[in-house]
Amino acid sequence: MENIANIFVRSIFVDNMIFAFFLGMCSYIAVSKTVKTALGLGIAVIFVLGVTLPVNYLLNKYLLTSGCLTWISPGLAEVDLSFLSFIIFIAVIASITQLVEMIVEKFAPALYSSLGIFLPLIAVNCAILGGSLFMQERGYANLGEATSFALGSGVGWCLAIVGIAAIREKLKYSNVPAPLRGIGITFIITGLMGIAFMSFMGIKL
Amino acid sequence: MEEKEPMFSAKILKLFTNPINKDNPITVLMLGICSALAVTVKLEPAMVMALSVTIVTGFSSCILSSIRNTIPNRIRIIVQLVVVAALVILVDQILRAFAYDVSKQLSVFVGLIITNCIIMGRIEAFALGNRPWPSLIDGLGNGAGYGLILIVVAFFRELFGSGTLFGLQVIPESWYIGNGGFYENNGLFILPPMALIVVGLIIWIQRSFNKQLIEK
Repeated sequence: MENIANIFVRSIFVDNMIFAFFLGMCSYIAVSKTVKTALGLGIAVIFVLGVTLPVNYLLNKYLLTSGCLTWISPGLAEVDLSFLSFIIFIAVIASITQLVEMIVEKFAPALYSSLGIFLPLIAVNCAILGGSLFMQERGYANLGEATSFALGSGVGWCLAIVGIAAIREKLKYSNVPAPLRGIGITFIITGLMGIAFMSFMGIKL
Repeated sequence: MEEKEPMFSAKILKLFTNPINKDNPITVLMLGICSALAVTVKLEPAMVMALSVTIVTGFSSCILSSIRNTIPNRIRIIVQLVVVAALVILVDQILRAFAYDVSKQLSVFVGLIITNCIIMGRIEAFALGNRPWPSLIDGLGNGAGYGLILIVVAFFRELFGSGTLFGLQVIPESWYIGNGGFYENNGLFILPPMALIVVGLIIWIQRSFNKQLIEK
């Protein structure tokens, strides 16, 4: 239990998807002009990460890792399907976002009208696939750890995009040098926010 | 019926050279930033990454352009993802076989080429409406524009952060404080935030020379 909480806090602050690994930067920069849309996208990312990563964890554990197919028959102990992981992860992500979109549209139209436009965008958000690949590389011990990593990274990503959107809203009133306006200054501010987040390094529960 | 163009007409060459400066995918179109920054601590992985992305962009554009009339519109995203993922698996396996150290350094970022927005962006915006040959050139050009930024960023980060280029010592050893000199490596350049700031500065310089790129 302690470990799960630890992974959650670490993935929000220390191993933040944006500040430490630059994952999901494209939508981070494109959709951070107002706090409201940024929050919508952030919540959608938490949601999709929280759904896809546990699924990919189970697939990785029972299908892809070298020698894990023994639960079907002992004769398959030598089969190593790990080279297929990219294609399986991305297929799972693309189909789950499609499913989630359809379910949300059917049962929660209000949520759909605020999140709906972001869901297709998320299928190709690097943070989602990156989460699954990090999960595979770091080898989390059980489903609980993987889920807490997923939710933590999602919350960290959401926090970052809401933060930059709030700064950019205020930035409209500042006199930025003309060539730096728009994405230039966004990059530099993100860098400064990253330096601020580095003060969380070494945090442990 | 379209007129047949020569293989290397001026128009085709423009497809290659435009993305390197005026339509640069990273600094102008804001595509593919995700994987660009994390691999720029050292020059060598940055070069390998640039090369891999160029190859995947070029060939995925070419392949999808040649089957563009047979893909049903509704499922085109899935078809694109499958083609790109297959190419990335090839690149990943080749890297593991022939450049194992670099592939370990790049870790998850080889896999993340799949979701690199440059690739999807070029397929959607160009390859699905053009013939295979211009699509290949357009893909390669965009890959090269991406690679150029990667290499510039990695050059500065490795030079100032570790005092080396391609792992070879460039700053003379006798300059270091430990050896009685005056110089010390700037550790900040190795940390992730500095990549963002360096890209910000590159955008600043590029836009000061190209006034039409300035945002309102």
